[in-house]
This record gives sequence, C-alpha cells and structure tokens, in this order.
Amino acid sequence: MELDSKVPSGPIQEKWDTRRFELKLVNPANKRRYTIIVVGSGLAGASAAASLGELGYHVKCFCYQDSARRAHSIAAQGGINAAKNYQNDGDSVWRLFYDTVKGGDYRSREANVYRLAQLSNNIIDQCVAQGVPFAREYGGLLANRSFGGAQVSRTFYARGQTGQQLLLGAYQALAKEVGNGSVQMFPRTEMLDLVLVDGQARGIVVRDMATGNVSSHAAHAVVLATGGYSNVYFFSTNAKGCNTTAIWRAHRRGAAFANPCFTQIHPTCIPRAGEYQSKLTLMSESLRNDGRIWVPKSSGENRPAGQIPEAERDYYLERLYPSFGNLTPRDIASRRAKEAVDDGRGVGALKNGVFLDFRDAIQRLGRTVIAERYGNLFEMYERITGEDPYTVPMRIYPAPHYTMGGLWVDYDLQSTIPGLFVIGEANFSDHGANRLGASALMQGLADGYFVLPYTISDYLARVGSTKTDPTHAAFGAVEGEVRERVKKLLAVNGKSTVDTIHRELGQVMWDACGMARSRAPLEKALEVIPEIRERFWKEVRVPGRGEDFNQSLEKAGRLADFLELGELMCRDALHREESCGGHFRAESQTPEGEAKRDDERYAFVSAWEFTGVGSAPRLHKEPLTFENVPLSQRSYK
Amino acid sequence: MNLVLHVWRQASPTVKGGFVRYEARDISEHASFLEMLDIVNEHLTERGEEPIAFEHDCREGICGSCGLVINGVPHGPQHGAATCQLHMRHYKDGDQVWIEPWRAKAFPVMKDLVVDRGAMDRIMQTGGYISARTGAVPDANATPIRKEYADLAMDAAACIGCGACVAACPNASPMLFVAAKVSHLGLLPQGQPERRDRVLNMVAQMDAEGFGSCTNHAECEAVCPKQISIDFIARLNRDLFAASLAQTPERMVAGAG
Repeated sequence: MELDSKVPSGPIQEKWDTRRFELKLVNPANKRRYTIIVVGSGLAGASAAASLGELGYHVKCFCYQDSARRAHSIAAQGGINAAKNYQNDGDSVWRLFYDTVKGGDYRSREANVYRLAQLSNNIIDQCVAQGVPFAREYGGLLANRSFGGAQVSRTFYARGQTGQQLLLGAYQALAKEVGNGSVQMFPRTEMLDLVLVDGQARGIVVRDMATGNVSSHAAHAVVLATGGYSNVYFFSTNAKGCNTTAIWRAHRRGAAFANPCFTQIHPTCIPRAGEYQSKLTLMSESLRNDGRIWVPKSSGENRPAGQIPEAERDYYLERLYPSFGNLTPRDIASRRAKEAVDDGRGVGALKNGVFLDFRDAIQRLGRTVIAERYGNLFEMYERITGEDPYTVPMRIYPAPHYTMGGLWVDYDLQSTIPGLFVIGEANFSDHGANRLGASALMQGLADGYFVLPYTISDYLARVGSTKTDPTHAAFGAVEGEVRERVKKLLAVNGKSTVDTIHRELGQVMWDACGMARSRAPLEKALEVIPEIRERFWKEVRVPGRGEDFNQSLEKAGRLADFLELGELMCRDALHREESCGGHFRAESQTPEGEAKRDDERYAFVSAWEFTGVGSAPRLHKEPLTFENVPLSQRSYK
Repeated sequence: MNLVLHVWRQASPTVKGGFVRYEARDISEHASFLEMLDIVNEHLTERGEEPIAFEHDCREGICGSCGLVINGVPHGPQHGAATCQLHMRHYKDGDQVWIEPWRAKAFPVMKDLVVDRGAMDRIMQTGGYISARTGAVPDANATPIRKEYADLAMDAAACIGCGACVAACPNASPMLFVAAKVSHLGLLPQGQPERRDRVLNMVAQMDAEGFGSCTNHAECEAVCPKQISIDFIARLNRDLFAASLAQTPERMVAGAG
C-alpha cells in the first residue's frame, strides 16, 4: 500500500490554486455520461451530491434515514467558523489555519488545513445565498461570536440550530437537483458493501430497509460521506443510526483507516440517569462562557449544591488553568471532569457528573440575560432531567461526540482505493488529534461544495466514461456475500439482544479507549473484544425476516462492524505511545498532568491496512511535516 | 412505574393493523418515552417476538424522525417538544397509553408505527429552495437584511419536517410545513426571484400528494414541536393569492414547452 498524499509543491498559499490548475476537467457535454454514487446526505454528502448534480453528472445519493434532511449534521448546535474578519478583530485565513493546526495538536496535514481555512469564506457566502438565516445585527449585517476558546469572533450561527440550518440549505440544494432529475435519491437505503472492479471502486451493494431487497448500483466513482463512528461506545451524542458500516466495509476492501483512536469526548453532556438510557445529549459548549464548573472538595458529599459553602467547593478548571478557566479546550475539560468523578467527588444521585453552575452569572447579569443567551438549552435540560438550571446547578459529564479518525485520504480526498472518495467526518483529514469547536460543519461543507467537485473530475477524466455494468461478476459476488451475512445474522437465534452486546462493547471501549488510555487496559481490551465478537456471532438474537422492514437486523449488521472497528481503535491507541489532543496516554504526561506529545517518534498519520478479521492489521505511516506552524506544546495555563 | 400500552401493530402496508396490549414494567420516571419503548422491545426480543417498529434517530428533538400519536395527540402531552423529548415523569403508575402512527392518506403506514413521509420531500423538490449554484454567489454581507425579517425567517426555518401538523389536522393538511418553508425563503431578499413559482408549485404538489387543505383549525400549531405559528399560513395564503393573479409559473411553462 502506497500513501501518496499528492500535496502540491510550492508555498502553502498557492497549493490549492496549483492543484486546481493541474486537475483534468471533464467536458461539460460529457459529464452526463458519468455516474457518481454519494453515500450519506449530511453536510458533506448533500452538498457534494447537489454540487455534482449542478455540474451535470448523473448522481445517485443514498441515506439510511427516511429523508435526506435528517442526517445527523442536523444536530450540530454551536456554529461554523470562517475567516471573514467581519468583526475587524484581526482574523485571517492564516490565523484560522494556525489555530486549527495547533488545536489539532500537530497531527493534521498542513496543506489540507490551509485549504480548509481558505474555503471557509466561500461557505458562508454560499449558505447566505441559499437563504440560511444566520444571526444578524441591527444594521442587517451578519453577527459573529467567539467559540471554543478562540481569541477572535469568527463563528457564524443560527440560534442554537446552526447544523440544522446549514443542512437544510444543502438539503434544499439537493432537493432542487432531485426535482430536476440530475440526482436520484435513495432514502431508507443502507450501503452494506463496496464493489471493486479491477482494483477500482465501481459501485456499492445496498439493502432497501423497507423491503429488505439487496441490490447493486454501479458508478464511475463512489463518494462516502457517512459520518463518524462514536457509536462504537454505545453511549454517544450521535444519532442512534450513525454507524461505521460504509467506511468499515470499504476498509475491508482495501481503504486504509487513519488514526482510528482519535476521538473527541465532549465535556458538556447530560450524565446518564440509569441503565435503560439509550444515548447521551449534548449541551452546547457555549454554556461554559457563563457557567462555572465545580465539584465538592471532599468525596462523600451528600448535601444539595446550594448548601455546600463556597470554601468547600473546588472550581478545578479555574484553579488549574487560571488564564483559560472554564474555557479550556474540550479534551482538557473532559479529562479533568473524569478525574473529579473517579476521585469520588462526582455529583448527582449516581455521582457521575460535575456541576456547571450559573448562580454567579445570574447574580451578575440577571436572569433575563441568561434566559436570552441559553433559554432554549435550559429548557432542554429541564425537559430531560426534571431539574431547573436557574435554581439548581446543571450536571454535566463528557461523552463521545466526534471522531477525528476515519478513512485515509490524499489531498484530493481520494482513499487508497482508486475511485473511492471520502468526505466530511468519515475521512481523517483536517482535525488532527482534536477538533476545534465549530470546525466540523466547516469541513463537511468545504469538502462537499468546494473540494470534491473539482478533484473528482480529475479521476473521472482519467478513467473515462466507459459504461458501468451492475451485472459484472464482481457485483454478483459481493451481493452474494451480503445476502449470506444477512442470513447468518438471522440464523444465530441466540439469547442476547443486539443492544445488550453493544452496551458491553461500549463499556469496554469507554474504559480502555475513552478519555484516558494506558497499556494494560488496552491490551486487556484487545483480548476481550474478539471474545465479545465471537459471542455475538453465537448468541445474538435477531427476530424477524431479512425480506422485511427489520430494525433489529439493521442494528445487528452495524454492531458486527463496530465489533471489528473497536479492536482497531484499541490497537491504534496502544501503538501511539504519546499523548496528543483527544488521545491521552497516561504514560505520556508532564508532571502537572498535561498531555505530552512525542514529535520525535509520532509525528505521523497511522494508516492501517486490513488483513483479515482477528489478524493484526498492517501499519503504514504518513510522516507529517510542519513548515508553516512551528511545533510547540499547547499550554492553556 | 407500570403502564399498560395499546400499540398499533401492522406487519406491512397492505395488511390490516390493530392495537395490541403490552405491559411496560418498572419504568423509571427519568426514562424517555422512546426508552420506555426500547425496554418493551428488549423484552419482546427476549421472548422471541418481533419488536415494535418505530422511527427515531437523533433523540434530541431536531432530526424530525420520531413521531407518535400518544393518547390521540401527536408527540404526546408535552407542549413544544418532539416525542423523543417526552419523559416518563409525565405519566403515573397504572396509566393506559394508546400509541399510534401518524394517520393521513399521504402518509401510508409501512410497519407498526412507521409511516412513509416521502410526500414531504417531493413537495420540497418542486420549489422549497433558492437556486444558488455552488460558487456563483456574492459576498455574504453584500445584502444586509433587516434583523426583524431575518429573525422571522429563522422562526419559520426551525421546522423539523416531522409531519405532526399533518397528523393533527382534521383535513390531514401539511399547510404549516409548506407555509414555514414558503415564509422562510419569501422573507429573505435572496428568495424573491422564485417566490411566486415556489408557492404555486409547492401547493400544487401538496394537492397532488393527496393531502387536504387548510381550513383554519389551528391544531397544527398546538402540536408543532417547534411551536411554529399559523401566522405563516396567512403569509402563504397572501403569497398564493398574489401569485395566482399573475401568470403561470415560468418553470411549469418551460417544462411544458
């Protein structure tokens, strides 16, 4: 396996221009002869499918939801970054680039990040033209806020529903293309495998989730925009249906998986209330602007929050990080919360959270101001917990939220399989070891609107528009495998439900490969996960039939893939004996307990090659060089 | 708490459905309504029965997937929230709960509590957008927009497309859904060039899908999880009237020619 990043030479400011000029074009009259498959309809998938449709390609777009509008990008709350410098506060493309490389703890590819920063401005223009109702000032111009500890106000937002509004913008652009016939939409259709013909991605095998019908779709190129894999932990802030199947199946067919252990644990989620709980709910990070995080100084504290005197409270972030206080980056805030809870100082009935307290902010600013800023979030919190955050401090705890890892892609967003492109959260490219707030939406849309439509033409022009053929023997073979797998899942007829086994895997992943990782637990997990996997195939019970609407079967298929991915994540975490971003190896920390990177040994992207289930994957390394942002240790003291 | 559920079970679109009685035992008041159904489904699976099919995804009240008619009310007793945001503290031990899918001719039942809402996508495809080709756009601040209008557009744009408005309406009309989109885009300067075609085409498609018309019952507003105001329906009617007085929509003419 060759890892050629295809980053153009020359100064970083000119790389994207250079590449765009080098790329081969497809003649406008020929575009309709090409079919492109896009899997996923979130920000990346919908924007790519719409843009490719506009260009004149024949596009087929697939999603597992009943409508493209429901992809999980819809749940993003906070905002989207862009280097517009509308606030005149010194922002620039260079500063956004610099912040993103540094925030990613120097584990991303400089050239990709620079391009992302450049394109950030085009995204805002595009969204406004589509009618995305961003917040505005009284003069009618766009408003901004600062987010996630950035020192400039570069975040554009639409109340607390930025993801929803951006997705609806992309969904509407997609609806237009579906309406005029250039995009064919396949909702309730799940990709179950990738088909290669002569080493090139040539199509997919899907299952119609309404009828259970398994079929093949052929194309000249396949684009995966299927999001992240936080649901490997069972408990995450992802939608219940989010899964790894598309990228994992592609990985099994030869696409390298990069940095699988780079996951982001978001610090402000509502803690679990009980065993029956199905998922975790995120509360926007913006709450940390006014809320103060604390736990009791001593363990075994049972008084209600209001009765704990000031002297017996530990505002641990303010104590440890006087200059950033409650606004330290996500990874640090998460880890410190875990320490407090592990120390027995957790709060709530299950002692599994920390307080996020608005008492002082309400005293300082008044209830009205706080209600204006966070009213909808407070309401949401009360709906879920039954507690009123105006009078009782919120309880929060970290939860898996985003995965920086994903399929390895080159500068053109092409994976190690020719003709297979990967965009959005599904690839690994731009966030390194830690993603900054309001950058996920930016990357999804940059990839979909402005990068992929250019780079894919180069590939298409090279392979030519020879007719695609879904009756080729390769499709029949993969279809057969997919049918066999469905049959196998239904035939086990054991005694454990899918969710029972998924919770078990999730617990193992959370303990060994969650917020803090170290050798012994990871090695243990590498023994346990294959055992769970084996048990899954012997004990799972999937009721119903394959040729039917069958939600248990859908879940079982996804879990089968998570059971393989989990092992790879632990292997990657074990191999990377340094701490960087969201990957905290307990063995690699400073005397003050901060993450210690090891640039000598680990300044590279880990790209894993599949060699079979239960067989050790092969590691390939893409070295990372930093010519524009000098390597330095992050400090938020 | 223990509850008695009466759940609509229907094996496929073509067979007859009916209510089946289930008991939900030892449910915590902190569980969500959908988590209560998860628990029932786990038991059904363990007993070798097919679990109840219901639609859900984000479980944060924003994706619009979920939607159950609970004791006759779409999204249940809690005001301004989707089904997934409903928690069991709204119920007490011994309650009887009737759970049904959205009922509308244009939303055929697929299985149990799952309906096909594809008609809403098809309405969107006839005009629920602003045509702004990728890349061909001016600077985002080139056109200032009065904050009041931008805020109002956002109120309309908050629609999650769940279809509760249809389920609540005695005429099974999606007028609130259509009005929200027509208003969101019609309130913005970018939406003006296509304003007339948009409303005509979306309403025409709404009729073609077999939905009913609005006769001002306002049931939709009462159940809307995003509390979208029926004022937007008035706005839609004004746009529709103005557009009807003008000529046939350009796009329909072009298509016919």
